[in-house]
Amino acid sequence: MSAETIAPPEPAPFVIAPGPHVRAEETTTKIMWTVNAALAPAALWGALVFGLPAVGVIVAAVAGAVASEAVAGRVVRTRTSVRDGSAFCTGLLLALTLPPLVPLWAAFLGGAFAIIFAKTIFGGLGYNLFNPALIGRAFLMATLPLPMTAGWITPAPFFANAAAVTTATPLGAWREQGITAAMNLLGGAGSPWVSLIVGLRPGSIGEVSVLLVVLGGGVLLARRIITPTIPLSILVGVLLTTAPSGQAGLHLLSGGLWLGALFMATDYVTSPSTRNGQIVFGLLIGALTGIIRIYGGYPEGICYAILLANTLVPALNLWFRPRRPVFAGAPS
Amino acid sequence: MSQTILLPERPPGAVALLLNGIFGENPVFRLALSLCPAVAVTTTVANGIMLGVAVLLVQVLSSVTVALVRRGIHPRVRIPAYTIIIAVWVSAIDMTLAGYFPVLYAQVGLYVKLIVAFAIIISRLEVFASRMPLIPTFWDGLGMGLGFLFALVVIGAFRELLGSGAILGHVVTPEKPLLFFALPAGGFFTIGILMAFFNALERWKRGGKAPTAAGGGAHG
Repeated sequence: MSAETIAPPEPAPFVIAPGPHVRAEETTTKIMWTVNAALAPAALWGALVFGLPAVGVIVAAVAGAVASEAVAGRVVRTRTSVRDGSAFCTGLLLALTLPPLVPLWAAFLGGAFAIIFAKTIFGGLGYNLFNPALIGRAFLMATLPLPMTAGWITPAPFFANAAAVTTATPLGAWREQGITAAMNLLGGAGSPWVSLIVGLRPGSIGEVSVLLVVLGGGVLLARRIITPTIPLSILVGVLLTTAPSGQAGLHLLSGGLWLGALFMATDYVTSPSTRNGQIVFGLLIGALTGIIRIYGGYPEGICYAILLANTLVPALNLWFRPRRPVFAGAPS
Repeated sequence: MSQTILLPERPPGAVALLLNGIFGENPVFRLALSLCPAVAVTTTVANGIMLGVAVLLVQVLSSVTVALVRRGIHPRVRIPAYTIIIAVWVSAIDMTLAGYFPVLYAQVGLYVKLIVAFAIIISRLEVFASRMPLIPTFWDGLGMGLGFLFALVVIGAFRELLGSGAILGHVVTPEKPLLFFALPAGGFFTIGILMAFFNALERWKRGGKAPTAAGGGAHG
């Protein structure tokens, strides 16, 4: 009977709780699916100009990544789920960096390797040291050197020619035969520069159309999902290292530079968190990309440049750690 | 006998020592010692067997030698003394292998000479042979040598099958399936995968409570 006499507690005027107190609407799931949507135009363009082989590679790589995320999530009981879109994103990014003529089983295996060995064994989403999609690509480069360096086909919009003709990429031709050969590859749309920007050139599935990659990146920038610091630093780094060769224009518009700069180097987990750290990180990637392209063993270097820079992220975070400003007369 | 702090007074039996070397304290998978040669020579099973047998012989002979003369070695100079004992046996085995197996020796000969610096051998001399009687020392050396041989054969089989599509030189698949595993990076991945497997095995055997492998900082 005493329970009836006690008045219910008044609602507290203040809620006292530990931080964070400001919560944004953004969740991992929302961000990852936005990234996937931003990649869609470039992926569709790749499917359009390279035809069925490219569609098959995209489907196989995404399937490999999502399937291994589902299996690995059960085996090691991480909190990550398939539905948050991060595994889908890894598979899609991997597919966009692959040549169209890579065998389908290899694309599937690359996606699985990326998730299992670059993400799950490090502890799942948020704990990976390296960009998983690029680890998948590096694994395939080591495993299948021939299809990975010679699986390019001439773009044929709207499935124009049924028989795919293997060819070289502009950067490959530039390395082997010089600038004239590279420009001859780009005759498709009247001017070689238009071909490069629109995406009528041989190359990896998702990298060919600079215009559509930048469009997707622009969506991420407008939504404040990424900041322009890292991409701009990378472009500056490439410009500085390739300008002495006289072909900075070709270098800035070809290869996987824009895809890597906008979608891979900006990965939250594997990039520095402070602005100064991001500038150093971006310049390093850009410079390494240019150096590998000109002096290294491969025509394209953005993949290894990002992976190498990833190893420095913990050091950069420590180095450019924000310090509390010291005020005169403040108690120490 | 002031040095027998780490080990029980009564040494374990032969079977326990052998199993300890092969599984419980497997040099590569559990102690994480001598990883460098374990990556370098294991592109094929045959190379792994050759180096594994050489290490087995050096381990047993050095352990037995140290167990026999341990009372005559002053503690202050024990490491140089052990190193000389190992070097003598390595030289003898190196010349024997070079004389009788010239083809295989051409591929792994460099690593046979390097056995002098393998961490697993001197560590067994230091922690076991220098403070135990002859018979247990023999079984410990044999177990550790067999454990190393076992590890090299497993890693070599894994890498030869995946990297070259063959086993002991017999072609299984006409194409090379996953060239990655024939490369050094693939060797590290192979050891990592197998180490995880042996850690899980040990944990399962002890009912969910087992220390993980020694891990980083290993050389030789």
